[in-house]
Amino acid sequence: MADQALLNALIELADDHNILSHRLAEWCGHAPILEEDLALTNMALDMIGTARGLYSHAADVEGRGRSEDDLAYLRVEREYRNCLLVERPNDDFAHTMLRQLFFAAFMEPYWQSALTSSDETIRGIAGKSVKEVAYHIRHAGEWVIRMGDGTQESAARLHAAMQDLHIYTEELFHASEAAGHCARAGLLPDRTDLRETWLETLTPIFAEARLEMPEGVPPQIGGRDGLHGEDLGHLLAEMQYLQRAHPGASW
Amino acid sequence: MYSQGLIGADGRTEESEAFLDAFQKRIDAEEKIEPKDAMPEGYRRTLIRQIGQHAHSEIVGMLPEGNWITRAPSLKRKAALLAKVQDEGGHGLYLYAAAETLGVSREQMTEELLSGKAKYSSIFNYPTLNWADMGAIGWLVDGAAIMNQIPLCRCSFGPYARAMIRVCKEESFHQRQGYEIMLTLCRGTAEQKQMAQDALDRLWWPALMMFGPHDADSAHSEQSMKWKIKRFSNDQLRQKFIDATVPQAEYLGLTVPDPDLRWDDSLNGGKGGYAHGDIDWDEFWRVVKGDGVMNRDRIKARKKAWDDGAWVREAALKHAEKRAMRKTQEAAE
Repeated sequence: MADQALLNALIELADDHNILSHRLAEWCGHAPILEEDLALTNMALDMIGTARGLYSHAADVEGRGRSEDDLAYLRVEREYRNCLLVERPNDDFAHTMLRQLFFAAFMEPYWQSALTSSDETIRGIAGKSVKEVAYHIRHAGEWVIRMGDGTQESAARLHAAMQDLHIYTEELFHASEAAGHCARAGLLPDRTDLRETWLETLTPIFAEARLEMPEGVPPQIGGRDGLHGEDLGHLLAEMQYLQRAHPGASW
Repeated sequence: MYSQGLIGADGRTEESEAFLDAFQKRIDAEEKIEPKDAMPEGYRRTLIRQIGQHAHSEIVGMLPEGNWITRAPSLKRKAALLAKVQDEGGHGLYLYAAAETLGVSREQMTEELLSGKAKYSSIFNYPTLNWADMGAIGWLVDGAAIMNQIPLCRCSFGPYARAMIRVCKEESFHQRQGYEIMLTLCRGTAEQKQMAQDALDRLWWPALMMFGPHDADSAHSEQSMKWKIKRFSNDQLRQKFIDATVPQAEYLGLTVPDPDLRWDDSLNGGKGGYAHGDIDWDEFWRVVKGDGVMNRDRIKARKKAWDDGAWVREAALKHAEKRAMRKTQEAAE
């Protein structure tokens, strides 16, 4: 049971990073300025690195000879366990940066707390990721401020992004049964504890960006049960195409 | 990645003979020319065009490989491809910065690219049609780029030469990475090996064209050689590339798509080398002039990124203005 819970919780976390990395990678070569082509790619690389570490660890915990790629490329939509926020389409630069900020502001205290996990591999992954995610907060946060306190158009686009995305943030604080088990066992942080730090990070940024988080709108939840929106299937179809077309081949 | 074996040094100049002689003496003494030094206008224009074309090639070159990032077949390959395309963006950035030292802005250069006035390497107007193209681009296109760029590390213009040193280190890593993709595919399933052969079939001739027209048809090369912007002729570099690459193809078990390719003892001053068949220069000029399969799509993609991003750049400028204004107000109070 303990191993099964750890396996499931690691997969949830790995899927979050894999899917958001993929979304960021979609920008590569198409960003508003060259510096952003580099920065978005950097964040995509950080996140794919974290995903690989987590999938490998999950595969070891499972002990059935599956690889990181088997876990990433050979599971379908209903088996993916990422939260809904990370699968949201890029839409525009405002959506992309706000999505990144929401996620990074959650992961920073998460990794901070995971530095004291009872699992050595998780501590290692946390040590690397905590530094990266601090940069993601800074980078995305600066853009959110520039857009919110920039032109009329940029402010309008950022407000639209807020309307679209804030309903997916509640899910970050929900612990699945597996994640709850791992939190009680001291393996992974308790997601439900992190809301205050998350808000402390976001509040000053949103104040400078003249941005408010709407209240009283029912949240969207379901990713941890494999209940996704329609966009994820298309993302996976593209991502998994070669592995599906050539079963068993090595690349 | 790489700029075309550059078409055209600009020899027009209005300086006095004494000035030009003194400049040539510095070049002949292998002194580096720095941005603030006096230089003939033709030298400046040639470098702006060459470095600009090189920068544009890096930026447009992100697209054919970017085409496979979201379909890369493993997490490791995806990370490596992302990092490679990111390196190309980084090369574009230093090259634009090197060109800016000569008095042209990145915005001006970007506008020239989008309007079709500035050129970029014609290799990027070919589509990437299977995963093996990611291997073949690294192996052949970056391989050809290295042949062209190693001599540029000794280019007479200091900022370009220094940028090239870093670029070459990264390119040589890309080249090995590309070859390793090819090797993996050639040792894989029959379908994978077929992908590798298909990529070589499509990219071999365009890679040879990257060195530019034959020396006899390369009108302005002589002036570039004299100014030590260029150190070897197009044909010399092409020959070097073929001699290095044919044995690599053999090791992969792939067939170079040139029925006239054969060893010739008389080449390379009697040391021997591979003689090759005729290059289809009509195709080369057709693609350079804008009629390759992907020319229109490449510019359209760059233009879309630029236009879609306009509001983001405007927001950043406006925000910086607002901050500066608030600071001034605070200081006045």
